[in-house]
Amino acid sequence: MDRLEMRQGRGRKFLRNIRKHWQLYVLLLPVVVWFAVWAYKPMGGLLIAFKRFDASDGIWGSEFVGISNFVNLVAGVNKDAFWQAFRNTFVISVYSLVFGFPIPIILALLFSEIGNNFVRKVTQTITYLPHFLSEVTITGIVLMLVYNGVRSTGVIAQLLISLGVIDESAQIIQQASYFRPMYIITGIWKESGYNSIVYFAAIMGISPTLYEALKMDGCNKLQEIRYVTIPGMAPTLIIMIIMRIGNILSVGYERVLLLYNSNVYITADVLSTFEQRIGIVSANYGVGAASGLFNAVIGFALVIGANTISRNISNTSLW
Amino acid sequence: MERLNRSEIIFKVISYALVILFAVCTLYPIVYAFSVSISGKSAYESGSIVLLPKDVTFQAYEMILYDKSFWIAYTNTLFYTVLGTAWSMFISLTGAYALQKTQLLFRRTWNFLLVFTMWFAPGMIALYLNYKSLGVDNRSGIVVAFGVQAYNIILLRNAFSSVPKDIEEAAIMDGADEFRLFSKIYMPLSTASIATVTLFYAISRWNGYYWSRMLLNNSYEQPLQVYLRQTIENYEKLYDESAVTLSYSADSLAYAMIIGSIIPVLIIYPYITKYFTKGVNMGGVKG
Repeated sequence: MDRLEMRQGRGRKFLRNIRKHWQLYVLLLPVVVWFAVWAYKPMGGLLIAFKRFDASDGIWGSEFVGISNFVNLVAGVNKDAFWQAFRNTFVISVYSLVFGFPIPIILALLFSEIGNNFVRKVTQTITYLPHFLSEVTITGIVLMLVYNGVRSTGVIAQLLISLGVIDESAQIIQQASYFRPMYIITGIWKESGYNSIVYFAAIMGISPTLYEALKMDGCNKLQEIRYVTIPGMAPTLIIMIIMRIGNILSVGYERVLLLYNSNVYITADVLSTFEQRIGIVSANYGVGAASGLFNAVIGFALVIGANTISRNISNTSLW
Repeated sequence: MERLNRSEIIFKVISYALVILFAVCTLYPIVYAFSVSISGKSAYESGSIVLLPKDVTFQAYEMILYDKSFWIAYTNTLFYTVLGTAWSMFISLTGAYALQKTQLLFRRTWNFLLVFTMWFAPGMIALYLNYKSLGVDNRSGIVVAFGVQAYNIILLRNAFSSVPKDIEEAAIMDGADEFRLFSKIYMPLSTASIATVTLFYAISRWNGYYWSRMLLNNSYEQPLQVYLRQTIENYEKLYDESAVTLSYSADSLAYAMIIGSIIPVLIIYPYITKYFTKGVNMGGVKG
């Protein structure tokens, strides 16, 4: 009886709140509806991973097949392609992390040394630019620069040939061994400058008195970086690392789709492109969705895991 | 001027050198693309163009000027960018305002549900089937179903929540309701963030490619990026089909189209740098 009254009291309070601030809820409505329809409804649609999809029956009406789509992936007909995509995703991510992650940090350190405002502004503006160009533009330029054709040879291909890195007849985009370097360098070109912004801000936020104190003690520049700059940007570094680790299984599909071809699947096919091919192109929706769900669950676990570790060792976390 | 010690001087020199080198490398492919696009056929095909154009000709651009499909795609992209950005901003602004209000019931839950979408992506198939089942296969579908990003809403929400509370209280005393607070107090006090997010949305609409290609039924509704990609895939064939002998090479045509597609971005870009550097840091990475 008491509990019922309490609940009624709470309900009345809610009603009063809604009546008083109804305009607030009107303003909230569009964003709630948008995310419900375009973000949460497809999450429910992941149910298809446990079904044999039949377009005429829709997602709900299709036949329930348990985990057979997952079995198909990890141990069935598609297991070779699936594990290849899994391995490639992981390897490409780790390479991007090892080669791509330090560059924006170094770039930010260097920018902070540029005393001349004009030089700094101009170089920063230039290095941020590729981030704002589309993947189609960026990959289009890359594909043409490395193209080695009958009529003409792209300038990068020319350079590599004259340096003896590749044979005169080598076709970079058709050879599996060149895909990963090409993909990672493209990423470095496109994103390094832009990614340096957060680190640059972190360095600018470090108090100058710390540097002065070290200078009094006779420290050189490298010691300053070691003892002031790096610790000063540690929280930013940790957050960025967490985000990167959390995203280790989500190599963006657009750039891979635009750069790869069937000759280089062995090094280039990642989970998202595999999902796209098996699901949308071959209309095998159940298996594709199973791959997507697999990817999403591991990705989510990685984010939670990385965040928990970071909170315990450094008190820095995303939430 | 403070005196620099030896290690600092060395470090400064190295910094200048590396930063300038990096900037040059970043810009080089774009400059090169432009140079080839205005160079003559024989100069390019003999491999003699490294940086500057040779035998300058603008015929590749002339060809594009008369390419009807290119302009249809261009107009489509303008449509998607203008309407799409307006739509994304409408949802993001109203949502961001409501989500930071302490009076909102279940505020934490709503915010969590927003952030959750950043960490759990349902995957391409689930999205694709959803778009298909809701009939996203035309222009209005592309505008409505895409372009709202949780990250941008968080950015706006953080900007709104830093609006001083005493200004709001004064306005309430004067009889302002939520709609008025939103439009007359919060929005005018957050113009820098609003500008930043508008630019983010506009650029992502301008660059949109994949879903348009997958979902749009009619080729005359395709945006520029899709047309550009199709050209990059087929330019040699297109070139060979030309009835007359052309003074520029096949690659010049593709490069010219790439340059043509990024000109609007290049024009507004210098004006927006100050906004997005501020915006990126303002939003922080916290959810």
